[in-house]
Amino acid sequence: MFRPLEKGPRRRVSVRVDGRSVEMEEDANLAAALLEAGFSPFRTTPVSGAPREPYCMMGVCFDCLAVVDDVPNRQTCLETVRAGMTVAMQEGAATVRDVEAAS
Amino acid sequence: MSQRVDLAVLGSGPAGMAAAVAARRHGLSVALFDEQEGPGGQIYRGIESAEAGRTAILGPDYAAGRPLAAAFRASGATHHPRATVWRIGEDGLSWTSPDGGGEIEAGRVVVAGGAMERPFPVKGWTLPGVMTAGAAQILLKSAGRVADDAVFIGCGPLLALVATQYLKAGVRIRAILDTTQPRSGMAALGHLPAALAAPAALAKGIGMLARIAASQVKVFRRVEKVELLGEARLSAVRWRGPDGWHEIATERAFLHQGVIPNVNTTMAAGCRHVWDERQLSFRPETDDFGRTSLDWLLAAGDGAGIAGAKAAALSGALAGHAAAHDLGRLDAAGLETLARPLIRARRRELALRPFLDTLYRPAQAMRVPQDDDVVVCRCEEVLRGDVARAVAEGCPGPNQLKSFTRAGMGPCQGRLCGHTIVETIAALSGAEPEAVGYYRIRMPMKPVTVGDIVGPTILKEENHG
Repeated sequence: MFRPLEKGPRRRVSVRVDGRSVEMEEDANLAAALLEAGFSPFRTTPVSGAPREPYCMMGVCFDCLAVVDDVPNRQTCLETVRAGMTVAMQEGAATVRDVEAAS
Repeated sequence: MSQRVDLAVLGSGPAGMAAAVAARRHGLSVALFDEQEGPGGQIYRGIESAEAGRTAILGPDYAAGRPLAAAFRASGATHHPRATVWRIGEDGLSWTSPDGGGEIEAGRVVVAGGAMERPFPVKGWTLPGVMTAGAAQILLKSAGRVADDAVFIGCGPLLALVATQYLKAGVRIRAILDTTQPRSGMAALGHLPAALAAPAALAKGIGMLARIAASQVKVFRRVEKVELLGEARLSAVRWRGPDGWHEIATERAFLHQGVIPNVNTTMAAGCRHVWDERQLSFRPETDDFGRTSLDWLLAAGDGAGIAGAKAAALSGALAGHAAAHDLGRLDAAGLETLARPLIRARRRELALRPFLDTLYRPAQAMRVPQDDDVVVCRCEEVLRGDVARAVAEGCPGPNQLKSFTRAGMGPCQGRLCGHTIVETIAALSGAEPEAVGYYRIRMPMKPVTVGDIVGPTILKEENHG
């Protein structure tokens, strides 16, 4: 499990992660905050349904994809924590219906 | 109406920031695009927000990014954070971000896309709990997050650096599995005299190794084969050393086999690339100023060949000055005067590379998997055996391999399999990597929505109709 080195003075906000409420540091890297919250896995693959979690943390591997604020395929390593955000595990490939529902 | 700037810069690491600062000195209008929240790139990630304690753990080389970020902020260049550039061309680029996007015309484009970690395709490397050493360091830099009891596996200065930073922070390390080839030390010795031109970097390296040696951490050397075990997530690491197979239980492993240029953007732009045999990677062909085979495109920093952060800042400055010259805003004598000390300083930085590249040359077995059940393309879950079968059936190269196996056709667009595929095809067919060639990278360079491509203007008209 990833743990914080320092207790910063940052404000904590509430984020809904797979339906439950989790306190996270505002403006923190979302993938980092999700790893600390024990969110696992982030997604399953479209090909075999294998579980995946962040691998590169720099936007090149796409293994940290999740559904963020109802939008699928978001790279959580490139998102920051905002109050009221919702995150859900992404199962396989997003469908056109998922995307339409989000817009 | 699309905007216009003299210079567009992609990437806000040392090269991108320095290019923007240099170009602004000559009055060029500059727009810089980067995926992150703040400037710094990966090497200086979180540089404006890292707390003092964290900065102390990360060391003075990290803190050196502060003045560069401050100079960039003061330069008058327009910074577009959280921006994904998905198309570049002679006329400029297209981009998107949470705050909007669009198209921008540019007289010149400097790509400063930096480095990424070399793929390390071993059994189980897709399991949750497995990430790169660079990812672990990003978690430390940008979020101050660490994980106890991880196993560090691989080869290269960054692996030792992250381990040293963990030790400084008091984080427990389960073990370090060193895959450095036993004979590479001897081979590197020949390059040592040249490397002595960069004594500070050498001293830093020796200090890191000494710190690890003085710690309680178990280090296993001459590791020849690695397997990551687990069902739903990592539970153990298995490896073969000189005295046979070993296994250790762990929930977290950090992998590293050095870094390679992140070439997707320059590949998509279509400038000429060459295979660098010493760095075992493709890189865009450039002159001292970062000019590529396309007159509108320059490449700077590690994205044009791995040379480290200091060399990246120097090459960024050179590209910024060259762009000003090429756009008629700086005369040849002016460019010459500004460039001479930068080129000299950059050559001093480069003097260390042959030594480092030879000492930490990743072993063939860590780059080119031998077992058929190893995943080579993480996105499409293509196995080494699938590639071997396709090559046996006559598949001649990476682009044809897409139709045979879908390798390289997932969301990462070949970033995490490109170099593995090239070297695997080369090993199977006996061709040189340069001849095998790389994937043809197409726009959009990153997955974007149809709405991003169509553009906000047209969508608005649709709504009115």
